[in-house]
Amino acid sequence: MLYKLKVNGKAQEVEAEPGTPLLWVIRDELDLTGTKFGCGVAACGACTVHFQGAPIRSCSFPIDAVGDNEITTIEGLEDKTAKVVQAAWNEKDVVQCGYCQSGQIMSAVGLLKQNPSPSDAEIEAAMQGNVCRCATYVRIKDAIKTAAKNLEA
Amino acid sequence: MSQTISRRGFLKSAAAGSAVMMVGLNAGGLLAVGSGDVVVNPFVSINQEGEITVVIKHFEMGQGTTTGLTTLVAEELDADWQKMKIDFAPADGIRYKNLFFGAQLTGGSTAIANSYMQYREAGAMARDLLVRSASAAWGVSPNQIQIRNGVISAGNKTAHFGEFVKEAMALKPIDKPITKTPDQFNLIGKLKLPRKDSQAKTTGQAMFSMDVKLPGMLYVAIHRSPKFGGKVSSLNLDDAKKIGGFVDAKPLANKAGVAVYAKNTWEAFKARDALKVSWDFSGAETRGTEEMRAEYTRLVDEPAMFNGLPTTKEAANIAMQDAEHLVEADFQFPFLSHAPMEPLNCVIEKTPNGVRFHDGCQGPSLVQGVVAYVLGLEQAQVEVKTYYAGGSFGRRANVNADYHVEAALAFQAYGGQTPVKLVWSREDDIRGGYYRPMSLHRAKIGLDAKGQLLGWDHHVAAQPIMKGTPFEAMVVHNGIDHTSVEGLSDTLYQVPNMSMGVSDFKSVIPVLWWRSVGHSHTAFVMESLMDMAAAKAKRDPVALRLSLLDQADAKGQRMANTIKAARDMANWKEGDKRGFASHFSFNTYVAVVADVSVKAKQVHVDKLYIAVDCGVAINPDVIKAQMEGGAGYALGAIARNEVTLDKGEVIEANFPQYQPTRLGDMPEIEVEIVRSNEAPTGVGEPAVPPTGPAIANAIYAVTGVRITDLPMTKAGFTFS
Ligand code: FES
Ligand code: FES
Repeated sequence: MLYKLKVNGKAQEVEAEPGTPLLWVIRDELDLTGTKFGCGVAACGACTVHFQGAPIRSCSFPIDAVGDNEITTIEGLEDKTAKVVQAAWNEKDVVQCGYCQSGQIMSAVGLLKQNPSPSDAEIEAAMQGNVCRCATYVRIKDAIKTAAKNLEA
Repeated sequence: MSQTISRRGFLKSAAAGSAVMMVGLNAGGLLAVGSGDVVVNPFVSINQEGEITVVIKHFEMGQGTTTGLTTLVAEELDADWQKMKIDFAPADGIRYKNLFFGAQLTGGSTAIANSYMQYREAGAMARDLLVRSASAAWGVSPNQIQIRNGVISAGNKTAHFGEFVKEAMALKPIDKPITKTPDQFNLIGKLKLPRKDSQAKTTGQAMFSMDVKLPGMLYVAIHRSPKFGGKVSSLNLDDAKKIGGFVDAKPLANKAGVAVYAKNTWEAFKARDALKVSWDFSGAETRGTEEMRAEYTRLVDEPAMFNGLPTTKEAANIAMQDAEHLVEADFQFPFLSHAPMEPLNCVIEKTPNGVRFHDGCQGPSLVQGVVAYVLGLEQAQVEVKTYYAGGSFGRRANVNADYHVEAALAFQAYGGQTPVKLVWSREDDIRGGYYRPMSLHRAKIGLDAKGQLLGWDHHVAAQPIMKGTPFEAMVVHNGIDHTSVEGLSDTLYQVPNMSMGVSDFKSVIPVLWWRSVGHSHTAFVMESLMDMAAAKAKRDPVALRLSLLDQADAKGQRMANTIKAARDMANWKEGDKRGFASHFSFNTYVAVVADVSVKAKQVHVDKLYIAVDCGVAINPDVIKAQMEGGAGYALGAIARNEVTLDKGEVIEANFPQYQPTRLGDMPEIEVEIVRSNEAPTGVGEPAVPPTGPAIANAIYAVTGVRITDLPMTKAGFTFS
């Protein structure tokens, strides 16, 4: 079936089987490979993208439900919050293998957009669904706090 | 961006005739330079823009090799860090071998240790050529030439590295470049150098093999036997054919599974699930975990099959006859899955000469050897292009090259022309074997009234990792697979009269090294026993450990210093309700103090203090990251991870049943790197072994519950 999508501000047409998770359309059809597959069951957050600006797990979000809503992937991040978050990630050298980090950053940007100065408990609640097998969590927390501080300034 | 991986590749740019200077060491340690020598083991190239590309012979799974190896070259070159680029080496087991293994393979926390002088010399070589070129061009003597932070200067003349590339190519390299002495280091151990892979990995641009797409490529998922060791007997495609993107399904030549081909990953997974396969289970594992545990118990009840130390069990027991305190315990460890964040995958395509893999490849030499054998090719006909790897923890280094063989067989079964991308789901990963082996340790130790050890009687039942593999000769001695006892039989503690019995068996459940290998269980046993002994003898657990180390011995002294560093950093006082553990592995010394809080059996690890001595600290921040990550990796595993079986079928399927460490589980972590001028040693694994027992000892200190059966959830604890 033909689907019309708005991804990273661009109108896209893709052919997909009904029910296909958005993740696989993004990766295999649109070749936006920054969004990752980690579990396929909404349990790791590697596939996190923004749906109308809010984080969703694209592995468990059927293409049929997207409609004309705006999808943003890591490749499409460009506003101030995103740049500040990415800069904090670089400053703290958060990444190890890096495979989870697109999803971590999408979740962190989603959090800071909605709550510019989150408490520790709020960071934990927002990031608990994003697994990092390299366990870079100490630095993820640190980078989010740094980004929050820099956004305030 | 200078920090993103150079995609051009040095070979291509050299072949295109651009003036690129190559520096490297060949297998005999000789240095070579110049366009005629481009294919001779190059590690460093410099282009006319003054950009330096370091060819990374080890893969990057997050442990920081791209940053570490680049630091070694940049240090000797006095280069500008911003101008340093990286490129992964092609498969070439001669030029790019791990000097400790003799094959191109990353593992055993050796990437920096084996490359330390090799990459520094490659950098020093390049520096020498630049100095001599500048000296000739400017007509000044070489000792008037200075190089600082990427700038060559003499008097008021300055130039960047690229300006002398042509002159440098005409010069003969010196035989043995002079490397710096540690007091001359500007980068090593000094600065926090930004990771070379950070930019690409925070923008979604870093390429993993999962991201590779070739024209006309088919996606493959494998329908594997639900029980280990099952063989395909027949298949029915009717339901799979109803899936939109389904293309075909073919049994693999080894009958271990059926390859399902589709137009994209999702359809491949769906069609695979729809496929009906009947299996021949005559050679399959049909037991459950409980039956297997009973078998391990039977093994340690009986005399050990092999003895790893000169002291016999009888002699150890005689030595403990008059012991004031006896500590006896059984310790049980489950199968563990590595669960790297990127599910296993690779792409295989035809080349004019053979095949090419696209892979986050940990052991190119292993892949070349095994795949050449399976496809009837010469090793040189199997090319490997290496990408960033989304974690490994040991899983991607496999002497059976299991997922590469699956891809090769699927490629072959489809005619050997069409590129094929094999993708594992997370379920495939958790249920796919190659686990950290299950094991049972039975130990008895005796102490005198002063708390000094008199004897130690130990028996391990574990499935060996390397028996029957090409590594057997290296690792198996007197019937004992060293990976079952490492860290125990060779402990730095002065243990008189230690006997080390081992019983093992063959199994169709494949097992593998899992971050820290045998130390992942032996350290837990050793350090729990130390804690138990200290409690029985009413000794401070830190003081007891220090008293058991031979501080006149260099290793004993480094371990003692590391223990003291952790003790002092944590302000440890006798009687504190906190946990301590230390361990020596991969030639690195680590000591951990753990603070936990427990409310109604709900545990939170509040803080870990980690001291580490890994020799010269090349990139202190990368070392710190590996201590944090190693501890975090160990935490979820000892707290709640296990792979269990029912009638031969794995019960856990995905992260909801195999819960990884999550952000909320993570303690604060403070790391201290003990200053050292010794040669650098591993940091990827050594934080794992002592973390588990430090937490277990802390839980004991707080609750009085001694955990000997992992994961800790078995003792009724939950974690948050
Ligand atoms: S892949 Fe979507 S949450 Fe794991
Ligand atoms: S950086 Fe490797 S999984 Fe997060």
